[in-house]
Amino acid sequence: MSTPLLTIEDVAVELPTPRGNLRAVDHVNLSLEAGRTLGIVGESGCGKTMLSRAILQLLPKKAKLTGRVMFDGQDLVRLAPEGLRRLRARDLAVVFQDPMTSLNPVLTIGTQLMETIQEHLELDAPAARKRSIELLAAVGIPAPEQRLAQYPHQCSGGMRQRIAIAIALSCEPKLLIADEPTTALDVTIQAQILDLLAREQRRRHMAMIIITHDLGVVAGRADEVAVMYAGRVVERAPTQALFKRMHMPYTEALLAAIPKLETAPHTPLPAISGRPPDPTRPLRGCSFEPRCRYAAGRCYEAKPELKAAETPEHLYACFHPIQMAEGIGA
Amino acid sequence: MLNFVVRRLLAILPVLLAVSLLTFLIASLLPGDLAYVILGDQATPENVAALRRDMGLDQPLWWRYLSWLGHVLQGDLGRSFRTGQTVLQAVSERIPVSLELMLMAESIGLLIGVPLAIACAARAGSAFDRFMTGSAFAMLSMPSFLLAILLIYLFAVELHWLPATGYVPFTEEPLANLRFFVLPALTLALAEWPGIMRVLRSDMIATLQEDYIALAKAKGLKPSRILFVHALKPSSLTLVTVTGINIGRLLGGTLIVESIFALPGIGRLLVGAIYTRDLVILQGVVLLVACGFVIVNFIVDMLYAVLDPRIRHGHA
Repeated sequence: MSTPLLTIEDVAVELPTPRGNLRAVDHVNLSLEAGRTLGIVGESGCGKTMLSRAILQLLPKKAKLTGRVMFDGQDLVRLAPEGLRRLRARDLAVVFQDPMTSLNPVLTIGTQLMETIQEHLELDAPAARKRSIELLAAVGIPAPEQRLAQYPHQCSGGMRQRIAIAIALSCEPKLLIADEPTTALDVTIQAQILDLLAREQRRRHMAMIIITHDLGVVAGRADEVAVMYAGRVVERAPTQALFKRMHMPYTEALLAAIPKLETAPHTPLPAISGRPPDPTRPLRGCSFEPRCRYAAGRCYEAKPELKAAETPEHLYACFHPIQMAEGIGA
Repeated sequence: MLNFVVRRLLAILPVLLAVSLLTFLIASLLPGDLAYVILGDQATPENVAALRRDMGLDQPLWWRYLSWLGHVLQGDLGRSFRTGQTVLQAVSERIPVSLELMLMAESIGLLIGVPLAIACAARAGSAFDRFMTGSAFAMLSMPSFLLAILLIYLFAVELHWLPATGYVPFTEEPLANLRFFVLPALTLALAEWPGIMRVLRSDMIATLQEDYIALAKAKGLKPSRILFVHALKPSSLTLVTVTGINIGRLLGGTLIVESIFALPGIGRLLVGAIYTRDLVILQGVVLLVACGFVIVNFIVDMLYAVLDPRIRHGHA
């Protein structure tokens, strides 16, 4: 095993709110090797976006971050702002969820691409322009030269997300974090964008973190999956192993909540009832206990720690793990 | 873009018409018969009736409005019955003073307000931000005559750096002219910058929360570029509106400041016309100032389109 490109060590994020401190990310440990893909899955409010912002050092000013984010041998948490700035785009890039809000409405697409390139690579304006056109072509934008002079509102949502991806790829980053890159898009566009990300990742040999609420998104695309719940990683495994034998009831519930083709019409979806616990008032026991159908005994008293299952790569945090003999396809 | 300009131009025509009707009505509905005003208290009823006939005052209101409007459209705004000066002459004598004062005051106001707003927004909630917001609030509540007196006391009486009052045209003595304008412009600017700062600061703070600012940071752009290129432009729409309103207001003259510093501007012309019941001058000046206001707002609309491409393309 080579040294990982990214190691998240004991990262916790607290946000002050009028109702007390909110623990958005609760002591998370993860690692990712160069060229590999990690999927982070969980429902809204489980802390996956806050975790990505913690890696990117883009947390709100008031947020308190503890732990270490080791990237390429440096701790991003303790890196000086100027050092961090030089690292961005070149080494560490991001694609946000909503392309309708992540591009600046008053600057042309050309400006937003070229400024990134010229900030980090030693290229003059014509060279940066040429590179921008190549990038737009690579992400599947027709007539890329004309697009440079246009503004974001002149492009469709899918087009804008492609442009955001072109910006993220512009300086050949080592790690790309895609934070729900398809949630805001039409279903027909989603697969195209995911395939584009996967293709560019292979071509450029980048590491990638895909954050999503949809286990189906990571199924065929991630090497490893981390399931988050209430700010904690509750199950983590190589993708194959996870789908074959999931141990955490929450993972199972997430998978069951995906609509399937075989299901007869008008069958209610087995949605996870209830809501995640109030993060300003942590529970004494397991945070999934109020919604878990297996909860009993110790679940009300103590928090289960992450522990290894059959293989050391497969970790789960549950007192009553489910053991599935057969995997169900997603 | 051309389409947009034409649409806007067509939209201001009815506004200008309404402005003309209102100014005409204001002057016509003021109590007191113009003929009595002109003839004084020695007037006989016959004299008054004759003068009313000569001036067309015996005609119905709508007829008087149309004939006045007809003259206005031909560039004839009327003539003061006191001084014999035409409205255009009176205004063209005074407007350079008000225009120069407005330009200087608004420039100084923007020069103080805009950098402070950006600095505060970049460190929202810091001690510096709280101090500046507090100072702006204090300045807002200070009346301009008090400011004027304080400035005169400091710069004219104590330090002897600048003249307290007076005026020479720029064309005669440019340097002396500018020296006369510093204190009145500063008085106005000190009242302008807090509004400018508060508006831009709060818009900037809102903009800095946007996803595209987070992305600009994630792109590793320099902080100055994020503030001035990515955040300032989308935050300046309200600033442009406020500046437009300020300019329009200052165009109409600033009575208190003009009076304290003895500047012959539009404000004093207007008040003089009111005191002497010089209705023709009053009507004409109000109409011109109102038209100026409408034109400034038209320019503001154009600036919106320059600042935000979505308005230019009819998307927002």
